[in-house]
Amino acid sequence: MNTLLIIAGKELREATRNRWVVATTLLMGALALTLSFLGSAPTGTVGVGPVEVTIVSLSSLTIFLLPLIALLLSFDAVVGEIDRGTMTLLLSYPVARWQLLLGKFLGHAAVIALATVVGYGAAGLTMAMGDTPIGPESWRAFAAMIGSSVMLGAAFTALGYLASTLVRDRGTAAGIAVAVWLCFVLLYDMALLGLLVAGSGIGVEALNWLLLANPADAYRLFNLTGFKGVSSFAGTAGLAAHVQLPAPMLLAVMAAWVAAPLALAAALFSRKQI
Amino acid sequence: MTDFTAEVQGVTKRYGETEAVRGVDLTLAPGECVAMVGHNGAGKSSLIKLMLGLTTPSEGRIRVLGGDPASAACSPIRRRIGFLPENVAFHPNMTGRETLDFYARLKGAPRGGNDALFERVGLEPAAIRRRVGTYSKGMRQRLALAQALLGGPRLLFLDEPTTGLDPALRQSFYAIVAELRDQGTTVLLCSHALTELEGQADRVVVMNRGRKVADGSLATLRSLARLPVRIRLTMPAADIDDLVRRVGEGAAPTRLAGGVVELACANDDKVGLVRRIACDGPAVHDIEIVQPSLDEMYAHFLRREAAE
Repeated sequence: MNTLLIIAGKELREATRNRWVVATTLLMGALALTLSFLGSAPTGTVGVGPVEVTIVSLSSLTIFLLPLIALLLSFDAVVGEIDRGTMTLLLSYPVARWQLLLGKFLGHAAVIALATVVGYGAAGLTMAMGDTPIGPESWRAFAAMIGSSVMLGAAFTALGYLASTLVRDRGTAAGIAVAVWLCFVLLYDMALLGLLVAGSGIGVEALNWLLLANPADAYRLFNLTGFKGVSSFAGTAGLAAHVQLPAPMLLAVMAAWVAAPLALAAALFSRKQI
Repeated sequence: MTDFTAEVQGVTKRYGETEAVRGVDLTLAPGECVAMVGHNGAGKSSLIKLMLGLTTPSEGRIRVLGGDPASAACSPIRRRIGFLPENVAFHPNMTGRETLDFYARLKGAPRGGNDALFERVGLEPAAIRRRVGTYSKGMRQRLALAQALLGGPRLLFLDEPTTGLDPALRQSFYAIVAELRDQGTTVLLCSHALTELEGQADRVVVMNRGRKVADGSLATLRSLARLPVRIRLTMPAADIDDLVRRVGEGAAPTRLAGGVVELACANDDKVGLVRRIACDGPAVHDIEIVQPSLDEMYAHFLRREAAE
């Protein structure tokens, strides 16, 4: 346990030094603040508060941005250290390989968590200081969005680690990371949509499973259909009625998307001949 | 037997088709400084990685400090091993002190000893506070040695430790190595700067294409190699023919620059030849005996290996 913390702490410190933490926090904060200001504009008679508007727009943007940040942060984690020669020395220390991998992952996940919580939290704070009263239900939805965003980031960090242990070359790892992002974030939904439009007759059941096979979709469903106030605004109320995926299940799926790639990466890494 | 610090028995390591290490036997005893020499790609670094447990042997058996270095329960072993890798790299954004603190914590070594370590390897307090990215090659190498010495290792692997160091630094480097050896630490030194290993190593292991081709003290290797000893004489040029006629057989003379003549003879004939020159040779201004250097012996063993 101690070893994990030492490695995670070093990773976090390094990310602070090379300004990854500052850059991502500023980016997330700027994004969240902009969207929350837009959300605070009068929303007419739809009957939703500024928080719900912010959740819908912010989670839609998070799906694109956070996986990208997570992958950029993580694709170099293993292959880069091997390349630079720091890995050989580290592995000669009394550290198990899974400890090294998990420790580094915890450090990187902490960077994502810090940036998300601080950045989005700042937006929440400005909304709280606004004139419009905000109910506890809205705050729960907002907190859930921050929490699930951290999980989304962790899932893609884990995928980045898998890419990083899979190959022997940094360029290839970067390529895989970009491909992962394209597939899960952009192409997957398009393909799914195409499948529906083409009327291939896949049932609701199959659609549910296909949505679970992608952490980004699980995140989207969790935030847009999980809370009533949000879903009525997002225009997904109808969908929410159809998609029979309870929130705990969506969270479990996202957790699995963190654990599975990480376990696979650890298994590959422990067999790797450095 | 647990007398040996490290035991390598019949170890072969294959990476795909290529054999990096082929059937190597090697034992390292406490308080011994062993130099491993060989070309790039001779299998030196591969052998060290095997002994560190970073890779596992394809064949054979390795025991380091009484255990298998690649097993899951190797942490107590690794705490007692110091390693200075070839082309050492550190995280450039951390300071020297942070780097050593990090490694000390990983190794479970008390961090209170870090200041003494910095002083021992000659890193200035001002340098310790700077980021490693700003370090010169020599400073990086000092920091690398400091981390290798963490926790008072019983076995020290130094892979090309002196590349890029200036002569003064090399000397202090070898002074530290000698000190450790006297305290009972086993030191395995890899280098291809052969001349500087002379006088440092108790034993020399010559590696070539993954095989161990020679193993022994410098004196043993010398007698094994049977390379000629050269005797250099400074004398008037006119007397050279006279000299050759008098000291006679077994000594082939070569004229060198500056009025120096060189006679090559077998090691066993050396004393006799010198006596003959001194007693009944012509007047000689100066006499110098040149033993075959490690470089020459190394070249000899490689030639022999190639001929087989």
